[in-house]
Amino acid sequence: MSVIFELSKANRRCAVFPDRGVHQYKLSDGHVRKNLELPEVAEVDLVRHYMGLSRKAFGVDNGFYPLGSCTMKYNPKINEEVAALEGFNEIHPLQPASTVKGALKALKQLQDALCDLTGMDAMTLKPAAGAHGEFTGMQIIRKYFVSNGMPERNEVIIPDSAHGTNPASAAMNGLKVVAVKSNENGGVDLESLQAAVGEHTAALMLTNPNTLGLFDENIQEITRIVHEAGGLCYYDGANLNAVMGLVRPGDIGFDVIHLNLHKTFATPHGGGGPGSGPVGCKSFLAKHLPEPVIGENGFENSEDSIGSVRSFYCNFLVCMKALTYIKVMGADGLKLASENAVLNANYLLHKIKDIYDVSYDRVCMHEFVLSLQRLKDETGVSAKDVAKALLDFEIHPPTMYFPLIVHEALMFEPTETESRETLDRCAEVLRHLHGLAYSDPEYFKGVPHSTVVSQCDEVRAARNPVLRYEKDTEASA
Amino acid sequence: MEVREELKYTATHEWVKDLGDGVYEIGITDFAQSELGDIVFVNLPEVGDEVVKEEAFGDIESVKAVSDIYSPFSATVCEINEEVADGAEAINNTPYEAWLIRVENVTDSVELLDAQQYQEVCEHE
Repeated sequence: MSVIFELSKANRRCAVFPDRGVHQYKLSDGHVRKNLELPEVAEVDLVRHYMGLSRKAFGVDNGFYPLGSCTMKYNPKINEEVAALEGFNEIHPLQPASTVKGALKALKQLQDALCDLTGMDAMTLKPAAGAHGEFTGMQIIRKYFVSNGMPERNEVIIPDSAHGTNPASAAMNGLKVVAVKSNENGGVDLESLQAAVGEHTAALMLTNPNTLGLFDENIQEITRIVHEAGGLCYYDGANLNAVMGLVRPGDIGFDVIHLNLHKTFATPHGGGGPGSGPVGCKSFLAKHLPEPVIGENGFENSEDSIGSVRSFYCNFLVCMKALTYIKVMGADGLKLASENAVLNANYLLHKIKDIYDVSYDRVCMHEFVLSLQRLKDETGVSAKDVAKALLDFEIHPPTMYFPLIVHEALMFEPTETESRETLDRCAEVLRHLHGLAYSDPEYFKGVPHSTVVSQCDEVRAARNPVLRYEKDTEASA
Repeated sequence: MEVREELKYTATHEWVKDLGDGVYEIGITDFAQSELGDIVFVNLPEVGDEVVKEEAFGDIESVKAVSDIYSPFSATVCEINEEVADGAEAINNTPYEAWLIRVENVTDSVELLDAQQYQEVCEHE
């Protein structure tokens, strides 16, 4: 398929402007750029181009998408309808705040709902995505210790099963990362934690349920150990989808959290985004939130704020989609969503765990991690091969090779919106592929067979990345 | 998986070769490269940098993940392997030839394992 630039023909247009009735003003040569190389195409070519691209992509609207830890849940279309309302869609970021009171009120409603759901006292919607939320949360913690005369508290404790963004967010804030091991149940090893905390501890960063899809039963003991050592507890809300309405991070000892609206609250991911990573905290940290915050009377500033963290306040329409989702679901609906997410994951796991090895054989939460090491040893077929082969059955691959503590890991997160029939079919396909690995391992060479591109050369892509299309100007001239 | 008799090892999968005159060569083991999969980049310190025992002196990126490489010694870097820095696939192809750094002025060391002990570590992974 061509890129849009290759379809370009000089002076081809999508729209013909009416005669303007005014004289054309000729800009002086110095003010006219000649190297813009914008594509020039007719509307019909434009539409066909992007429709063509969309048919080659695989999204949650195309099929089952059990990409672990990413919570690729269905995005209800009513969210789009509300975000498209004129009052939301046609306001401008540079409009004076006094002219967008309705929008601020809607944002305040979202903030309050997220506080209720997480047990936090204050919330900012400003951060642009999850990792940005983590960065903001870590800044708040850093600011707290520095302004309270404890700059020596500069260590952040992070379990070895954590998302890679956790150590990155801590390190980007100039904090030192201290890793703690997982215990035999996949939870935080209490002895290692006790040994790791001390007078340099700023915080513990924890995802619960963790990246193995397991709820850490020692959670209150964990947060107690950190608090007693003088540190704060940071909750990575990546896996909140398992516990909405069931557990509130604020009730089990967490002081700061971030949420991923594009995961838990059904707003689009990736190219359909942008993301949104609200950060919540307990009242004693509220004055450090990024400015401005939305209070009862609109935007407010605090002298003790960590600063702005980005231009403009939040990815507004994403927030409106999340607010719509929360309003449509209601408190009971959100709780049911979490319960169903957990049920679906356990259902799928039980349909395949007699032939696939589970990393930690416990009741899982909203996701689970398989280890395909044995399959690879016995057949040569790897976790990656099985993952890619799923695409030929119109199932998106699960997350591969993460968390790092599981060999040949495949991480499945079905989400709550999938039907029993979809889960049954996925289990059937996985059983079929398992059999095929033993009977015909050659089948996996070059899977998927039915897609536009089959297995990409990831090594070459990583070593010699081509990140930008460059027009062959001589050929087109 | 190959473990070489003449080398010493760490539990974090680095190998160490004594070059004499207080200079040691450090690389990652065959087991480590096979666990990592296709290696695409390696980040190494500069000559003259101080490395600290049990702390990361560099990192290694494969198609699966980025991993730290830990130093068996507190010492000074006296040479880095530019060829490996430019062509990290050498670590996959010949892990025991593709050394990463050479160090001198060793002031402290972890307890190094011999080939047999290291073999046992790998079997428990």
